[in-house]
Parts: sequence; structure tokens; C-alpha cells
Amino acid sequence: MSKASATATVYSETVVHMAPAQFTADAPYQIAIVTFADESRRTVRIAGERVQIGDAVEFIEDRNSIPFFRRAL
Amino acid sequence: MKAVAVIGIGKTAFGAFPDRDLRSLAVEAGQKCLADAHVSASQVEAFYLGNFAGPSFVGQNHLAPYVASGIGITNVPCTRFEAACASSGSAFFHAVSSVASGMYDLVLVGGVEKMTSQSTAKVTEILAGAGDCSGEVRVGATFPALFAMIARRHMHQFGTTREMMAAVAVKNHANGAKNPLAHMRKVITMEQALAGKPVSDPLTVYDCSLISDGAAAVMIAPLERAREFTDKPVKILGIAQTSDSVALDSKEDITTFRAVRMAGEKAYRMAGVTARDIEFAELHDCFTIAEIIATEDLEFVPKGQGGPYAIEGRTCLKGERPVNASGGLKAKGHPVGATGVGQICDVVMQIRGEAGELQLARHSLGLAENLGGSGATAVVTILGA
Repeated sequence: MSKASATATVYSETVVHMAPAQFTADAPYQIAIVTFADESRRTVRIAGERVQIGDAVEFIEDRNSIPFFRRAL
Repeated sequence: MKAVAVIGIGKTAFGAFPDRDLRSLAVEAGQKCLADAHVSASQVEAFYLGNFAGPSFVGQNHLAPYVASGIGITNVPCTRFEAACASSGSAFFHAVSSVASGMYDLVLVGGVEKMTSQSTAKVTEILAGAGDCSGEVRVGATFPALFAMIARRHMHQFGTTREMMAAVAVKNHANGAKNPLAHMRKVITMEQALAGKPVSDPLTVYDCSLISDGAAAVMIAPLERAREFTDKPVKILGIAQTSDSVALDSKEDITTFRAVRMAGEKAYRMAGVTARDIEFAELHDCFTIAEIIATEDLEFVPKGQGGPYAIEGRTCLKGERPVNASGGLKAKGHPVGATGVGQICDVVMQIRGEAGELQLARHSLGLAENLGGSGATAVVTILGA
């Protein structure tokens, strides 16, 4: 996952309160569509502090095949 | 290509019906439609059924002949269409194509969904199957989450506010309260809409359509034969189905649905009308932001002006162009597979002048827009007297 090692910018985001059955234990959680330097986009999970449109984020790790990002330090 | 008309409609109430199963709902709508069209089951030459997730919701597959035989239709092609929330819009499009081509004369189109026997978390999971399960869904996106991200971006780019979205909910609840077949017949205030329980920020329960059971059906025939069956045929003047990628993150701009724009352009061209001519519309308000964007994509207002258009009251029953007089998916209910054909029924009722307390002053040219997923399928239909 080379793209995920890069930083990206938040294109849009939401905090999910009502989760699907397999993620009810995680709720509330934030997901975001992020834009990479090559203009490609991906939907990712955000860990830690909430982010907004325009914020820079960086890849942390894959957890159960879910890419987790956080606000860029 | 032959001109095609709707010669009959039939609907169940939409709601939560613990004692009704999928087939009984679909059969009720189908039988009401046959009676309205003055057509017998043995005259039906083909049956097209829209259903999103019967196998997941109720464990039943092979749905088209399962429903058709209950209506008394056998020995003819019976086929199920699945296109997420546009399942019965797609069934209708293909049925119209088959009659226009001359293949059949009398075709029954149904739509049905039985959703309320599952928990909200399970329904949320099943609905998420209309998204890209290898990407957005795996990460934890629900349908409210996808439309929440659409709303956030629309707010960011155009200054759309939560009040503008809430205005859609307030209007559609006010309309639904007057619709005897609506799921939620309850007027709400702006304050209530804004204070709803959060589903996926910034969307609250009042921004989201309902989880409903229900069915709808329409009978179509060549226009040249329509008066053999009814005094009030309604012409299908324009219709188009289009598609786009399924994953929201693969769309260049998520504040617009390209498939809706394309379907609208094609349907307007086929009907020989422009957006200005449309007197009223049933739009796919699966979420309040979706109605706002639909009014932009269908060129009722310029891009970015859908929010002000909603909050200024121009789409109310007495506004310049009423939108979702039926109460829309928001208040009428959203039994996913029944929604597209249900919209056609509502437009036909208006054109025939049979909409009761919801009857609009101008009702000779109406539009229905049915959206699948986060915009991967769109069906736009223009109907006229």
C-alpha cells in the first residue's frame, strides 16, 4: 500500500454514530475521503483527534485491513 | 419506437407491518394495479419486479415468479431487477423499453421491499451492500455516512446550511402528514429537525429517509391502445437510465450526481421539454441533501442554489414547483425496491387529478427521479397528461 504511506488532505468527513452491525462496538468513529498528491482518493478511518475538510492527515497503520490515518503532526 | 403510457397504478401503504410478508405486499399492489387498469392477470405479457435485497432481508430468492404467481400471472417472462434504491426505477425503464420496441403490449411493473423485520444495525449493514464493499464499506461507511460526506462537501463549497437541509425534512413531513398511504404522518418543526438524534454528522434522524415495508405497481401499454383500458392514460414523454461508478471516493465531484445530470438531459431531450416546463417533481430524498442536489442536477436551479431554493419555500405544495408532494422518501417511506415505481404512481395520481388533499394546482407535467446507491444508477422519467 504505497499510497497509504504518504500524507493526504481531507476532502470530506463524517462521524458515524449509527454503525452497521459489524462495527457497532467502534461507534462513534470518524471516516474521511482523503486526496493524495497524485489526486487519487480513498475512504479511510481517522484515529484520535477529529479532522475537518482541508486538514492534512498521515497514514498510521492497517488494522484488520482498515487503513487508519491521523492528523499530520 | 412506440409511445408508451401508464394505464394503471396500485400501491400499498408504506410503513412497518409486522404481520405482512414480502409477497402479500407485492401481490396487493399488483392486484390493485390490475383492477385500476381494467386488465386481467391472464392478459399480462411480462412482469418486471424491482427489489433490492429480498434475499438478505427475508431470505427469499427467485422473487419475480414468486410474486407474479401470487397475482395470478404465469407462463410469461417474470424478471427481477436490482439496482440498489433504483431497483424498480430500473425495472420500469426496461419495461417501457420493451413496450416501446413492440415486443409486448401489456406489461406489469412492480417494486417491493420488506425491511422492518431486521434490526436497524442489520438494515444498515444490508443497505451498505449498495456501496463498494472492497473499499468504503470495509472501512465502516454506511449510507448515511456517504451522504453525510456529500453534505459536508456541499456545505463547504456552497455554504449550504443544516437549516436548509432541515427545511426539506419539515416540508416533506408536512406533505406526508396529508398522505393517507405515508409511513410517517407527523408534522415536525425546524427546531425538532435540527435537534434530532445524530446518525452520521451532520445528518440527524430527520435528514434520513425511513426504513419501511411496502410495494407499488404500474401497468404500461402502447399509447395507441391505452384508451381501450382507461379514460386517463398518462404519457411517458421521456425516460432515461444512466450509470456511474459505485464508490463515492472514485467520483471527481461528490456535490453532484453525474448520472442524474445525464439522465435528466436525456429525458428532457426525449420529451422535448426543459427544466422550466416541469410543474412538479418526485425526487429521491433518501437524505435531505439528496433532494437539494437533485434540484440542482435536474437544472431547477443553478449549481449550489439548491439549499436556498429549499429554505425559501419554493418547493412547498403552494410554491412555484412543488417537490415531493407525496411526502417523499423522508415521510412517505422508503421501502427501497418499491420507491421508483411508487414515485411513478405518485406523479400519475397528480396528473390524473386524484391526489386528494395533496392535489397540486398545476399538474399536467411531472418528473420522477430515482437514485441508486450514492449515484451509480439514476432513472429520470417525465410524465404528462
